[in-house]
Formats: sequence, C-alpha cells, structure tokens
Amino acid sequence: MTGSATDTAIEVRDVVHSFGESDDPRRVLALNNLNLTIRRGELVCFIGPSGCGKSTMLNMIGGLLTPAEGEVRIGGDLVTAPRPRQVAYMFQEGALFPWATVLDNIKLGMVFQGVAKSEQQDRALAALQTVGLADFASHYPSQLSGGMKQRVALARALSLQTDILLMDEPFGALDEQTRMVLGEDLSGLLSRANKTIVFVTHSLGEAVFLADRVFVFTARPGAIKAILEIEEPHPRKPSFITSGKYNELRTELYSLLHEEIRKSMDEQRPGVTASAG
Amino acid sequence: MAALPPMARAAAPRGFKDRLAVRAVQLGFLAAILLLWYLMTANGAINPLLLPPFTGVVRQFLRVVAAGDFIADLRTTVYELLMALAIALVCGGTVGYLTSRTRFRIRVFDPLLSGLYSVPGIVIYPLYVLFFGLGPPSKIAIGATIAFFPVALSTMTAFGTVDPVLVRAAKSMGASDWQLFRYVLLPAAFPLIVTGVRMGIIIAFLAIIGSETIASLSGLGHQIVTFAESMNMTVMFAYIVFVILIALLLNGFVSSLEARAQRR
Repeated sequence: MTGSATDTAIEVRDVVHSFGESDDPRRVLALNNLNLTIRRGELVCFIGPSGCGKSTMLNMIGGLLTPAEGEVRIGGDLVTAPRPRQVAYMFQEGALFPWATVLDNIKLGMVFQGVAKSEQQDRALAALQTVGLADFASHYPSQLSGGMKQRVALARALSLQTDILLMDEPFGALDEQTRMVLGEDLSGLLSRANKTIVFVTHSLGEAVFLADRVFVFTARPGAIKAILEIEEPHPRKPSFITSGKYNELRTELYSLLHEEIRKSMDEQRPGVTASAG
Repeated sequence: MAALPPMARAAAPRGFKDRLAVRAVQLGFLAAILLLWYLMTANGAINPLLLPPFTGVVRQFLRVVAAGDFIADLRTTVYELLMALAIALVCGGTVGYLTSRTRFRIRVFDPLLSGLYSVPGIVIYPLYVLFFGLGPPSKIAIGATIAFFPVALSTMTAFGTVDPVLVRAAKSMGASDWQLFRYVLLPAAFPLIVTGVRMGIIIAFLAIIGSETIASLSGLGHQIVTFAESMNMTVMFAYIVFVILIALLLNGFVSSLEARAQRR
C-alpha cells in the first residue's frame, strides 16, 4: 500500500463508523465504506449535506477519533492518535484560549507540540506576520473581530510547521465578504507553503474557489459520491469568481449535491426516516 | 485592518470619571450611616446600653488598638479562618475536580453536594465541640465543613463546563494530560473556582464568628459575647468594628482576585 505512494499524503481505506451504543435504536451509521486518497501538496475540500460525516472523517484524519472499521494512514503510517508533528488542526471558531494573548495562544500550540522555547517567539511572530496581524500580538481574543480570530487560529496552525493542515469549516461563522477575502489570502498562502490541506465547507463557492479537488459526500451514511477537479493554479484571483469556468464548476457541484441534500432533509423529516440504524 | 474593531472599544475599561462617581456614592452611603449613628446617639435619644454613642466607640476602639488587647483574639480568629479555608480549598478542590471528570459523576454528586450545601452547617457545631473541644479546632472544623461545599460545587462546575473545543484544540496540538490541565483546564476553570472560594470565605467567616459566640475560649466572637454579657457595650462595639474591618479586607482581597480572573 505504501509502495506507489510517495505522493500520497493521506489514505483512507474502507472506513465504517457509527455513533451510539450498538443496542441503541437511535444509533446512526455515520460513514459507510469510505475510501479516499489525498495527494501531497493539494488542497482538498470536503462538501456534503449536514450530518454526512465530513467532519467525522476530518477528525479521524486528525487522530481525534478512531474509526470502528477500516484505516486511516498518513505517509503510510496508521493513525491512532493526534500527530501534532505532521498534522495541524484549525476549528470553526472558539478554539483560541480566551485568557491568553494572541502571541501566547500561538506559543502555547508550540509548547504542546514540543518546540524549543528559544524558537517559539520568532516562529509565532513570523506566523502573525504571514496573516497580517503583527500589530495585534498583545491583544486578547475578545478584542478581535471574528475574521481576525480565525486569522490568529490560522497563524497558530501555520506556526506548527506541519505538512498537513486540517480545517473544519474555518470560515463558517464569518460573513460572506470576510470569508471571500480570507479565502483569497489562504489560496495565496498555499501557493507558497506547499502544504496538504483538507478543508471542510458548506459553501459551494468556497469549495470551487479554494480546492484542487472537491470530494462530494453522499447523504448519511457518508461515502464519496464524486470528485470534482478544479484545474486552476494557486494563488487564485478574485477574477476567477467571475469567470465562466468557475460558474460551470459551481453549477456542476450544485447538481451533484442537490440530490444528496434532498435525501438528507427527507431523512430528518419525522415519519419518512429510512432505516438508518 | 487599520482601525480597531468595535469589540476592542467596548472591552476598554470605563472612564476614570465614571469610577470616581461610583466610589463617591459608595463612600457617601457609608458616611451617611455613620452620621445617622452619630446623630441618634449624640443627645442621648437612644439608651446607650442598646446603641452606644459613636464617639465613645471610636475612642474605645482606638484605646483597644493602642493597648493591643485585641491581638490575641484577632490572631485566634484569623488562624481559625485561614486553617478552615486551607482545608476547604484542598478538600473541596480535589472533590470538585474528581467529580467533574465524568458526566456520570456530575449527575451523581451535583444534587448530593447542592443538597448538603443547603443544610445550615451550624447544626453540627455542638457535635464538633464534643469531638474537638471548645478551642480553635472546633471552629476550624465548622468553618472548613461549611466552606467545603461552595468550593467543591464551583470547582466541579468550573472543570465540568470547560469548552470542549479548547480541549480538542490542545489535544490536536499534542498536549499531554499534565499540559492540558496546567495550560487549558485550570485557566479555563479558574474564574468560576474563585467565585466559589469567595462564597466559601464569606460563609466560613460567618460560621467561625458565630460558633465563637456560641461556645469558645477566645476569639473575636468570644470577646463580643463576653462584653455583651457584662453590659460593656462600647467595648463590644469596638470589637464588632474589628470583625467588620476583617470582613471588608477579605472581601476586597477576594473581589480583586475575582476581577483579575474574570477580566477576559
């Protein structure tokens, strides 16, 4: 399995996972026989209806959750716990420590990761510079806007200097204008950083704008329905959004998703529930 | 990115003038009470056995301070309070932390601790006098018992309600169990724990002074009862002033600790 895979960053094989005790009638099958391969250096978006298991899959790649069946491998090694040296994780919101300054938040990540004390300050400041918040090092998170907080969270993830960055709807709680600008910045960052990124999103536009490949999840239980290739070099410009190509891809993505969203909503309606458990 | 977001302005401390006004009204309120006391007792309108004159109490207080008569009793009461708090912090903190670790334990112990907290703890004081005698140990025991509950409850709630996203973030970055406790759980829980400690200090002080007035050999509460029984009201009030001063000092100290803990 590792033989052909110098370019494979993340490999997921036959993953099955359920939530709830095995005798609980409310038990749900979250992921059913999921397979995917993510190449080194690409940006992949996971998109799918609510509850399709895309965040569950991300947690498994991050080692925060172990699949009931199947396996997740990073660089050929089986993932059984978080791997802070290889994988950084960025959450939707509220993952900054409110009692610590911006700078201390970033340093604390390096403390956990085990970076030498002498390096922490420089690396934290450099990461802040990268996200354009060098002047806010001594602010507290409560003094920042939502977009700025997520930039700090991104700086913290970048300062860990991992090959892989997992992002769980990182801009999901922000307004559309802020997320578009952050998306552009992220695309610019990536073209320089050469990281492998897995990005979970609900936004069709964000997926098409950011991803090299979009993995479309089916309604629960989640599996990969289709993979959409976005052949457009990074850094992506705002003009990409107004191009015909962008709109065609977005429409194609919508038609792939539409049926799954319907299915997922039908399942949530009482009485129509399929045998999910 | 040039201008500060609105939140930054909202979080800035309130103006100096505003704080000055608050302080002025607070001091004015206290001064008004003292003035009322002074006026009511100045011309003998109230029997000095019930309420001794303000000026007499001030004179007596200064005399007691100058003579140093109070030192032994003050030391006894403060010693009892500090010992009681130390025991309550260690026991309450440990029990609170251990119960907070699983949802099951919180479900079991939250109603138990809250129920016991609502019992007036002073009812077991006679038992403590039998166990530990009339000296300081029985006061320490009652103070510790009473302060234990708010400390344990607030510690349990504090550790039980740490935002799971913070824990997941720390784990994803490789935090060890000790690092998770030291850098995430403890700072996240700290403000709420301090609130419980503040409650504990207030009710422990109440219980200790109260139990000294019930059955004791020394302490500020003991002196207050002794002077009351000998109808020596001016000196009794001078000792009450000590209790008030200690209470104010304690409250000021813990409030500032609490304000610092909750600043963010």
